[in-house]
Amino acid sequence: MKDFKEIANTLRKDIIMMTHGAKSGHPGGSLSACEILTALYFKEMRIDPNNPKWEDRDRFVLSKGHATPVLYATLSERGFFPKEELTKFRKIDSMLQGHPDMKGIPGVDMSTGSLGQGLAAANGMALSAKLDNKEYRVYALIGDGEIQEGIIWEAAMLASHYKLDNLTVFLDHNGLQIDGLNKDVMNVEPIDKKFEAFGWNVLAIDGHDFEQIFDALEKSKKVKGKPTLIIAKTVKGKGVSFMENQASWHGTAPNAEQAQKAFAELGGEM
Amino acid sequence: MTTMMATRDAYGEALKELGKLIKDVVVLDADLSGSTKTGVFAKEFPERFINVGIAEQNLIATAAGLATTGKIPFASSFAMFAAGRAFEIIRNSVAYPKLNVKIAATHAGLTVGEDGASHQALEDISIMRTIPNMVVLNPADGVEAKAAIMKAAEYKGPVYIRLGRSKVPVIFDEADYKFEIGKGIKVKDGSDVTIIATGIMVALALEAAEILKKEGLETRVINIHTIKPIDKDIIIEAARETKAIVTAEEHNIIGGLGSAVAEVLVESYPTVMERVGVKDTFGESGNGDELLEKYGLTAEKIVEAARRAIGRR
Repeated sequence: MKDFKEIANTLRKDIIMMTHGAKSGHPGGSLSACEILTALYFKEMRIDPNNPKWEDRDRFVLSKGHATPVLYATLSERGFFPKEELTKFRKIDSMLQGHPDMKGIPGVDMSTGSLGQGLAAANGMALSAKLDNKEYRVYALIGDGEIQEGIIWEAAMLASHYKLDNLTVFLDHNGLQIDGLNKDVMNVEPIDKKFEAFGWNVLAIDGHDFEQIFDALEKSKKVKGKPTLIIAKTVKGKGVSFMENQASWHGTAPNAEQAQKAFAELGGEM
Repeated sequence: MTTMMATRDAYGEALKELGKLIKDVVVLDADLSGSTKTGVFAKEFPERFINVGIAEQNLIATAAGLATTGKIPFASSFAMFAAGRAFEIIRNSVAYPKLNVKIAATHAGLTVGEDGASHQALEDISIMRTIPNMVVLNPADGVEAKAAIMKAAEYKGPVYIRLGRSKVPVIFDEADYKFEIGKGIKVKDGSDVTIIATGIMVALALEAAEILKKEGLETRVINIHTIKPIDKDIIIEAARETKAIVTAEEHNIIGGLGSAVAEVLVESYPTVMERVGVKDTFGESGNGDELLEKYGLTAEKIVEAARRAIGRR
């Protein structure tokens, strides 16, 4: 599992570099999802970076669209576009918009950013695969704050009603949102029972443990007649000590000193 | 006798035909398939019909996901909920990525009638035309509605199609009718004044022209079925040749056809202009004809506006 850990660590350094360079962006919820995106893009998903629009590819929707740093870092690491693009993140005339833009960025399957909508779009893709008897699977990443949006539950109903067993959704459960702890802002627990009641197959794992992620993905593919939610317990800001479990790092960019400190912890140099 | 047909009925017919012609057409509804007429499609092609339940935001975002895979989704609900409730989803998940989603919004305007103000979309043209990448269609009769829907299916990108609940007179002859997105239609020529109308107001504009003829005035009537992109040429030509413009729409006076025409004229050929529409107020319950009368959307009101425009010239 060493390689995957190395990739996730590279993504973390890219996230720090990108948000520092842009002087804006969302490091906290990007750092929490590094293992999940590494697992999807470097093992699980059937994709071709040389043919990003390949129609039989597996799809990924970043419903928590503000976590662009981890998505862009992953896509460039996987070869969808050159690494130097990352330095232009959120800057004028750049391909890499603040939130995912499917029109301009190779490998982005859906434009997102306004919370909740990505899950419904993922449903549309999964429905389409069913209609056409296609083999591809659809993956989505949603946030634990994001599920406060009503459309998430509209989409949750639809996915089970239409038996979308070709859909696997990760919930990045780091417990924090902009204004603080989920449970203080708007309690979303019990998430597992809520989704189960909506007709989903629900799994709970440590979202930083590759073995558990791979195991959950295997299980999700074997379930018939139901969509799967993988509740991945994560740490917001994971890997950078002073960012861990701090809501204030949701949408704050590190300054030069902080970025250097983060890089030192991640075993690299700026 | 004039044939009467609701534009939503034309939608049902068009979908049935599209289902046969284009295998990628899928239809979504939010528990209103009997009213929006998507039920006609559902009966023929049940596997390509998706009822999302009472959830208009989900209706649009699911359609967006389907469109990313090459499907041509027609998402249907009442205009109030399609354009109103789902506005932000339409903007961010459909128009921004320019996805090939068609939004068929029935029961638009005052003529939805008895359900009252909560169900009378008088803002939808304004809301939709302000979104980049969005094409906005507002057919005048059943023939035009069917043609508009067939064209919308061919066009690649987001389209909003405004449809009505009530039966309205059929103006156009199906045999030789041609619909082109973005092209206005000169329904009647005239040199004294021009009435630019959209949707159900086109039939009333023609009535107004007959009344004005008795006063010795030759009225040009233009049907703007595409609010966006709007046909600037036909508007400027009418302004140049008749020097007085009246607009008529079943919509709030703010932000709809009248505003769109005013933008064109002010920028290109400033001309005396009067607008007929709902005067920035909510509607109420009543039957469609009574409501049109009460809120001033009649041939007589268009005639008065024409006289005023000519008087100001």
